[in-house]
Amino acid sequence: MNMARDTRLEDQAIGFDPLALGQLMPMHLCIDACGCICSTGPTLARLAGPDLIGRPFADVVTLRRPRGADDMAGLLALAGVPLKLSLAAAPSLPLKGMVVGLSGAGGALLNVSMGISLIEAVGRFDLTLRDFAPTELAAELLYLTEAKSAVAGELRRLAQRLNGARVSAETEAATDTLTGLANRRRLDATLEQFLAQGRPFSLAHIDLDFFKQVNDTHGHVTGDAVLVETAGILRSQSRTQDLVARFGGDEFVILMADIVDPAQLRRIGERLIEWLERPILAHGTECRISASIGVAISTRNDRSDPVRLFHEADVALYDAKRRGRGCVSFFTDTTMSGCPPGR
Amino acid sequence: MHGLLNRAIQCFLVDTYGGKCWTHVARVAGVEPGGFEAMLTYEDSLTDAVLHAAVAHVGLTREMLLEDLGTYLVSHSDHEALRRLLRFGGETFLEFLFSLEDLPDRTRLAVPDLEMPELELAEDGEKGFLIQCRGGWPGAEFVLQGMLRAMADDYGALALLDVTDRRRDGATLTVSLLDATFHSGRSFSLVAGCP
Repeated sequence: MNMARDTRLEDQAIGFDPLALGQLMPMHLCIDACGCICSTGPTLARLAGPDLIGRPFADVVTLRRPRGADDMAGLLALAGVPLKLSLAAAPSLPLKGMVVGLSGAGGALLNVSMGISLIEAVGRFDLTLRDFAPTELAAELLYLTEAKSAVAGELRRLAQRLNGARVSAETEAATDTLTGLANRRRLDATLEQFLAQGRPFSLAHIDLDFFKQVNDTHGHVTGDAVLVETAGILRSQSRTQDLVARFGGDEFVILMADIVDPAQLRRIGERLIEWLERPILAHGTECRISASIGVAISTRNDRSDPVRLFHEADVALYDAKRRGRGCVSFFTDTTMSGCPPGR
Repeated sequence: MHGLLNRAIQCFLVDTYGGKCWTHVARVAGVEPGGFEAMLTYEDSLTDAVLHAAVAHVGLTREMLLEDLGTYLVSHSDHEALRRLLRFGGETFLEFLFSLEDLPDRTRLAVPDLEMPELELAEDGEKGFLIQCRGGWPGAEFVLQGMLRAMADDYGALALLDVTDRRRDGATLTVSLLDATFHSGRSFSLVAGCP
């Protein structure tokens, strides 16, 4: 029965024997006038499973777009139209196809292609280059997919390395080389950020006292060691959300996030001074310094700007120095608090 | 010269002759301490300086070094991606040879700015082929020779390869395919990561 169908197809319809047709179109289905499969290409047979010959096409192929069809009339009505379909044996694998009617006996030839499912299908059915017609672009698509993912992988690695370099360059550019603290550039950026966030904070301007004497007496190398030690003390007394910066020379600035209560700030400032007044051992020399601290406070509503804040901290620092060094002063609109009793 | 090529030379020297060899070559040639980036482009003169320093350090001729580079690129497991891409050329070594003329276009599809010599295949008697290399960079034919040697082995074919005619604008490579199925060759699956 199948043989008879094959012969009829060969004689009247296409003029190919099924083997040659299978080479040309490895994913085709020949369907006879009754809607039964009379031959298939070898690759389609691998995907659709065994014993296809003689079965109704609708048992093997599920037409999806533009619409389903389960008989010959429905199938032939779709002739010449791009089809979306799947195989009953692999319903999750979307395929493309086109059907044409055969003259004479009245059957149909359905040719199927994997389209974008190619990569999945190749893995799932262990296909080789031999499973595709040389006229198909399967090898090129697979090649391009691998080539592009290799290139994309290289680019991703390059981007990661460049980003790493960028981050370390930015950190370097924002770091004071001697002390490792933030530098002026980073201080300005963080200050802008705090102001933009409308975050309450205070700016403490710290000026070392008696540092010039250390430099003059013991030399710059010892002076530098004292600055490094000072940086360590300031850092250890700050929280992660604070920013400790070297402002240049023997001046430092700490931005203290969310702390605007003068009493609390005074306690913090006095603790800093207490730490800094402890003897510092630098290159075998015991050095003694102190510090004066001027504090400016920025609250959510006072429309602070960087210039004004630096100026206010400066005024407060000047006041602290004037009051005899080693003390904390605040900038206030009307009055300035002096040194606490006993300092 | 494209970074992919420079990077390939770097990896070849490191994997074949050790990190110290590369460090020496890089210093002599003036390569940045981080080495080459595969996706950047460098001055041709830098590549020349690297090859010059490598030849002096390793003690091979430039031709032999470039041929070894070609073999390394196809056979070293770190560069499996390249071997796979080449294997898409065909199911057999003969099909692969027939696909060589498309290689520059295929390469440009993946990396548009990678300079490749134009290749032209001609049959030369029974089982013999002549490959004309034109353009590209000087010595590319030796890298190709090494790559083809390794690809023949990959397919399990026995082939003799020789660079016969070197001209200013290119060279001729002769291929004698002695046995297309000399041994079983290495496996190739269309899906990456499968044996």
